Amino acid sequence: MKATAVVGLTRKDFQTDQEVRWCPGCGDYAILASVQKVLPELGIPRENIVFVSGIGCSSRFPYYMNTYGFHTIHGRAPAIATGLKNTRPDLQVWVVTGDGDALAIGGNHFLHALRRNVDLKILLFNNRVYGLTKGQYSPTSEFGKKAKSTPYGSIDEPVNPIQIALGANASFVARSIDVEARHLQEMLRRMAEHRGTAVLEILQNCNVFNDGAWDHLTNKETKAENQLVLEHGKPLLFANGKKGIRLRGFVPEVVEVGEGGVDVSELLVWDEKAPPALAFALAGLASPTPIGVFRQVERPVYHELEEQQARQVVERLGPGELSRLLAGRDTWTVE
Amino acid sequence: MQSQPALKPERRVERLDAVTVRFAGDSGDGMQLTGSEFSKASAIAGNDIRTFPDFPAEIRAPAGTLAGVSGFQVQFASHPIYTPGDRPDVLVAMNPAALKANLPDLKPGGLIIANTGGFTDQNLKKAGYDANPLEDGSLAGYRVIPVDITRLTENALHGSGLSAREIARSKNMFALGLMLWLYQRPLEKAVADLRSKFVGRPEIVEANEKVLRAGHAYGETAELFTSVYEVPPARLAPGTYRNISGNQAIALGIVAAAQLSGLKGFLGSYPITPASDILHELSRYKNYGVTTFQAEDEIAAISAAIGAAFGGNLGITTSSGPGIALKQEAINLAVMAELPLLIVDVQRGGPSTGLPTKTEQADLLQVLFGRNGESPVPVLAAQSPGDCFRTVLEAARIAIRYMTPVIVLSDGSIANGQEPWRIPEPSELERIQVRFRTDPEGFQPYARDPETLARAWVRPGTPGLEHRIGGLEKHHLTGAVSYDPKNHELMVRTRAEKIERIAREFPPLEVDGSPSGKLLVVGWGSTYGAIAAAVRELRRRGRDVSHLHLRYLNPLPRDLGEILSRFERVVVPELNLGQLRTILRSRYLVDAKGINKVQGRPFQVTELVERIEELLS
Repeated sequence: MKATAVVGLTRKDFQTDQEVRWCPGCGDYAILASVQKVLPELGIPRENIVFVSGIGCSSRFPYYMNTYGFHTIHGRAPAIATGLKNTRPDLQVWVVTGDGDALAIGGNHFLHALRRNVDLKILLFNNRVYGLTKGQYSPTSEFGKKAKSTPYGSIDEPVNPIQIALGANASFVARSIDVEARHLQEMLRRMAEHRGTAVLEILQNCNVFNDGAWDHLTNKETKAENQLVLEHGKPLLFANGKKGIRLRGFVPEVVEVGEGGVDVSELLVWDEKAPPALAFALAGLASPTPIGVFRQVERPVYHELEEQQARQVVERLGPGELSRLLAGRDTWTVE
Repeated sequence: MQSQPALKPERRVERLDAVTVRFAGDSGDGMQLTGSEFSKASAIAGNDIRTFPDFPAEIRAPAGTLAGVSGFQVQFASHPIYTPGDRPDVLVAMNPAALKANLPDLKPGGLIIANTGGFTDQNLKKAGYDANPLEDGSLAGYRVIPVDITRLTENALHGSGLSAREIARSKNMFALGLMLWLYQRPLEKAVADLRSKFVGRPEIVEANEKVLRAGHAYGETAELFTSVYEVPPARLAPGTYRNISGNQAIALGIVAAAQLSGLKGFLGSYPITPASDILHELSRYKNYGVTTFQAEDEIAAISAAIGAAFGGNLGITTSSGPGIALKQEAINLAVMAELPLLIVDVQRGGPSTGLPTKTEQADLLQVLFGRNGESPVPVLAAQSPGDCFRTVLEAARIAIRYMTPVIVLSDGSIANGQEPWRIPEPSELERIQVRFRTDPEGFQPYARDPETLARAWVRPGTPGLEHRIGGLEKHHLTGAVSYDPKNHELMVRTRAEKIERIAREFPPLEVDGSPSGKLLVVGWGSTYGAIAAAVRELRRRGRDVSHLHLRYLNPLPRDLGEILSRFERVVVPELNLGQLRTILRSRYLVDAKGINKVQGRPFQVTELVERIEELLS
């Protein structure tokens, strides 16, 4: 599917004439800019790219991408994209969804796309709130969240999108942040390269209904203390190298590194190919919050299995001939 | 076993015009197989046949109980027939429960072939009999032939090395052999089918064949019957025939639609009774350019089909009433996005889980009006098992030509019922025209064909035509999101007009009987056969009754209103509480009366005749 020829597209080629209608200051603008920056680099003609979305603020995304686009119904984008990719493996199919769309109403489809390993690039914007319906708590909202529909605080335990994806045996699972442009773009490139379902959770700020939800990760003063960048083959260090993650039994623990602390060699060296339980344990960390690729493994891709099976059936039975099929096995003739 | 010609008793051969047989036993007794093999033999012998399997929803309800009775009814005749028959002439009852559940339907004086071996004290008790009905004289109004099928099967397989369970499971073959003998049918077809069904298990084939032949020979030698019967071949239209069920015909229709359109067929489906067989059948046809996808739920099933359609393929989803309810939001997406999509609803008894294995026609209003907003969708109904093929092809043609989802209604009775189907010649199968737009010059996603009002279908991957569509209201040309009030009204009216225009292509309606007069019976879907037979019977009695069958439920044919106005009275028999009747009354201001039945069973011809007679008097 990847074009070998450089197509010579630029960011502008991916912009549409539609006025972007997210609230001023919304994190979605930064994500859109990063996607429009990365897509021209992929060498894929834009007519071979499709953005499929569900419902919610994030799902307006396709209208702003000058590719093929389908703004569908709430929660169903992964299912629609599955049918598209399965019949049109020549297309690169992106799914844009949010924490409500993918994890509440569309939880089932999200799960099944991942376990099938459909070759989709899923961008899951997580702002921990329902924005388009004006401020109800979402499946990722923290326990006790006071929102329009929970004036006394939410009594729902939140879900962790990374852990759900790992639990569904997703072959590529990563996390980034709307305003960390360089990191986000690197993650987008990694997803584009991956064969199979790639899920990227993008921590995104809703400045109207849940402003500052990720402030501790983006604020200059606190981000070094709170961001843990996962890099394959490198020890888990953060806080400008002063802290790290060590495994105690099966529990990742924060340790001081260097003088008075532990040696770097004691730290966990990140391995994207490790059994998913390790990534799962790490995904449970809130402070620091890991960003980067949690898991990247190769496993059979859905449409390839489908094609292979069809090929085998044709080899065994020959190409189907309609008249023979209609006749079936038992016929008789009336003169 | 060799019969000795010298001792062969004198037996009359009685010639009959039409016979209805019902096989009944426990749901594990193999009655469906027995019934379908018997039907096949009759069809191959040239009879017209109609079958009606009737089984419980439970896979294995407790043995011997009324709840566990599985039945298979077939009518075979020397003339064209329309239904599986009202009341059986012959009942094959494998146990007391089968007798008790089916006796009320048997014709007075009808023949009962009872497996006495199944009439144990325990089974009699389970069926709620205080005394053995075979012995207490309560069946005096019938001709009872007691045959200990259980023991005769055991005898035939004595020393075969098969387990008691396997032996018990072969007894349906004895019943089949006996019935094939009684109606003078050859055994060869059943034997050949056994061989292909139990491939790689020669001991089972051998045992079943042995029992089958034993049943046949038993009829020949046991002197239980004073007559054998002959139902001569029917005069069907020339051609090559096969037996087909509605679900098979839908599956074949889908393959044909894919091949005739040159599109890849993509079925998204989720298991549901009574539609699952379509998925099963199509999943075997990977070498015919059809992909099947068993989705995680009904919504994903249709969503994936919509995704396939967006990609320029023939998207299909199949389900039954409860599944259609779940799909409605997605159907609306296809309405709004104006993408072709084929939706098959094999109706069953409702509401809710209802009667999964029983038939009903109560989804009409659901498919017409069950979505939010003004949401016109073409609806076609199949009238018989074989007709499902043609209906699916026509639905696919409409979907592609008009860029719209189309719903095909079938139901439990035609999904599982079989009839002889004349296999169409390749020349009868017209190509389905597909035109993908490739020219970027002047392209606007919602610009329309002036004749059909369809927007252009564009395959992603086509350079220069990148565009976005979706469920939000669209500007009438650019497809950009539009909240303009006037544009919304224009789009609502345009979508309605597009669907109405499909009716321009319908052939004129054909009234069976006089074109005007006292009474018009209007039907749709699977009741076609019973209504046609009832109306013919009434006309034979000299009544002024005509029959109009509707294949198109939306849009309605343009000549319908005029035809209705030519009759003094209009009556609409339906297996619901009057859904089409409601539409006809509101649309044409006609005082239509209903004949309505919601028992999970098809109409019987006699009950329609009676009810129509009442309306005439």
